[in-house]
Amino acid sequence: MSTILTTENLHLFYGKNEALKGINMSFEKTGITALIGPSGCGKSTFLRCLNRMNDLIPNVTITGNVQFHDTNIYAPTTDTVQLRKEIGMVFQQPNPFPFSIYENVVYGLRLAGVRDKEKLDAAVEKSLKQAAIWDEVKDRLHVNALALSGGQQQRVCIARVLAVEPEIILLDEATSALDPVSSHQIETTLLNLRHDYTIITVTHNMQQASRISDRTAFFLNGELIEVNDTKQIFMNPAKQETNDYISGRFG
Amino acid sequence: MNAKRTDKIATGILYGVAALVVIILLALLGFILIEGVPKISWHFLTAPALAFEAGGGIGIQLFNSFYLLFLALLISLPISLGAGIYLNEYAPQNTVTSLIRTTIEILSSLPSVVVGLFGYLFFVVQFKLGFSILSGAFALTVFNLPILTRSIEEALANISDSQREAGYALGLSRWETVTKIVVPAALPSIITGIVLSAGRIFGEAAALIYTAGQSAPALDFSDWNPFNISSPLSPLRPAETLAVHIWKINSEGIMPDAKAVSAGSSAVLIIAVLLFNFLARWLGKRLYKHLTAE
Repeated sequence: MSTILTTENLHLFYGKNEALKGINMSFEKTGITALIGPSGCGKSTFLRCLNRMNDLIPNVTITGNVQFHDTNIYAPTTDTVQLRKEIGMVFQQPNPFPFSIYENVVYGLRLAGVRDKEKLDAAVEKSLKQAAIWDEVKDRLHVNALALSGGQQQRVCIARVLAVEPEIILLDEATSALDPVSSHQIETTLLNLRHDYTIITVTHNMQQASRISDRTAFFLNGELIEVNDTKQIFMNPAKQETNDYISGRFG
Repeated sequence: MNAKRTDKIATGILYGVAALVVIILLALLGFILIEGVPKISWHFLTAPALAFEAGGGIGIQLFNSFYLLFLALLISLPISLGAGIYLNEYAPQNTVTSLIRTTIEILSSLPSVVVGLFGYLFFVVQFKLGFSILSGAFALTVFNLPILTRSIEEALANISDSQREAGYALGLSRWETVTKIVVPAALPSIITGIVLSAGRIFGEAAALIYTAGQSAPALDFSDWNPFNISSPLSPLRPAETLAVHIWKINSEGIMPDAKAVSAGSSAVLIIAVLLFNFLARWLGKRLYKHLTAE
């Protein structure tokens, strides 16, 4: 397996407060990696470092390296716009634009200058199928995306990310605002995508992490405690803190 | 028992107060409309005003009101839009921007007669624009700018940050996120704000008395060259608007039917402002539907 993304000694400060204390981690091409840990442990902060979403927050200082293929994404020459097309993101709250389902999915493509109606139609069908929502919305593509249920909205958001054909998809607690049935549908979606994309998901739900991920990383107080195959982490963790957390002794 | 009783009394009082407001409003509206609507006719709406005889209309005043409104919005809208976008999307939270916000607040509570006198000294005298449509449009801009800026800023602030994040995460730049996502999403409330401010401009008198002037010279409606002084489009001619006309005939009108003209004009003004309000609601709803659904 080849490595697609590596962080080296990644530190992040909110003002003077150190939120990430030197994270070294690498992600392989394809497969799902789950980031787990108690609230405030830095897992979401870490996730947002991977496509530079933390740039938008004032007073944040980041040191260290994030290597994507052969380039450091924190190099001054990096085009964040291009970067975020290659590393897409899905958020906790479903956030479709207040436009039609169709317009939501083709948004990134339109901005990239794609005008060809056939190409757009094809991309909409492909992305919505990949996000496992095509059958539910194929007859009402021009209905407002906000009219859908939360779970459907979230899958439209996933389709919106897939339409620009990223290599990596980051999910920031993408199912935590959804009901169990919708969460399950999203999980199935992710399982279908894991052979073609690098998926990195932050989750509070340990059952979910154990169900869908290939690898799991445990964060605590801004540090990466342990990362390994998911089975290893849940069956036979190497560190005491990991064991305490997954057995529910804290967090 | 006691809490329940207090609640009942409070509810009763609140209903009473609300009813009082509605009654006063309806009485006012009803009086103006009942007095004025019978005076409105096609002749009244199109004929020029007569200073000494009965039977004059408000055609030129009506045209002036709309033309001034159009010019004032043409000047103030781009500025307000830019300022609103800057304040909500770009401005850092520091002393300079809070100073700007305070200034806007002070400006928006400025009495319009003060705006009028400022316009007189600044545009009419200093810039030698004279009593003209242009001076009036600038004064109305000063009057309208703070309110429109705030309503646009508020419309933008109501768009949730998760929308902006979604834009950034799709690889949009800040400018693209603003122009392609935030402004379209806020467009219905921006339009509502514009139309409501149009209503305020349309009914404004004090800011115009000393800037656009109190006379409505005869216009040649066959001449649409804005450089001719008798053309309706000429921005340098003095232009009494409907609201100023009402003020004028009530303070120094000597035509025998002054009362009737005043009542009719007031009714036309109220109806126009009401139409603006309904238009704002309808347009806002319509646009929201159009943008969000089919």
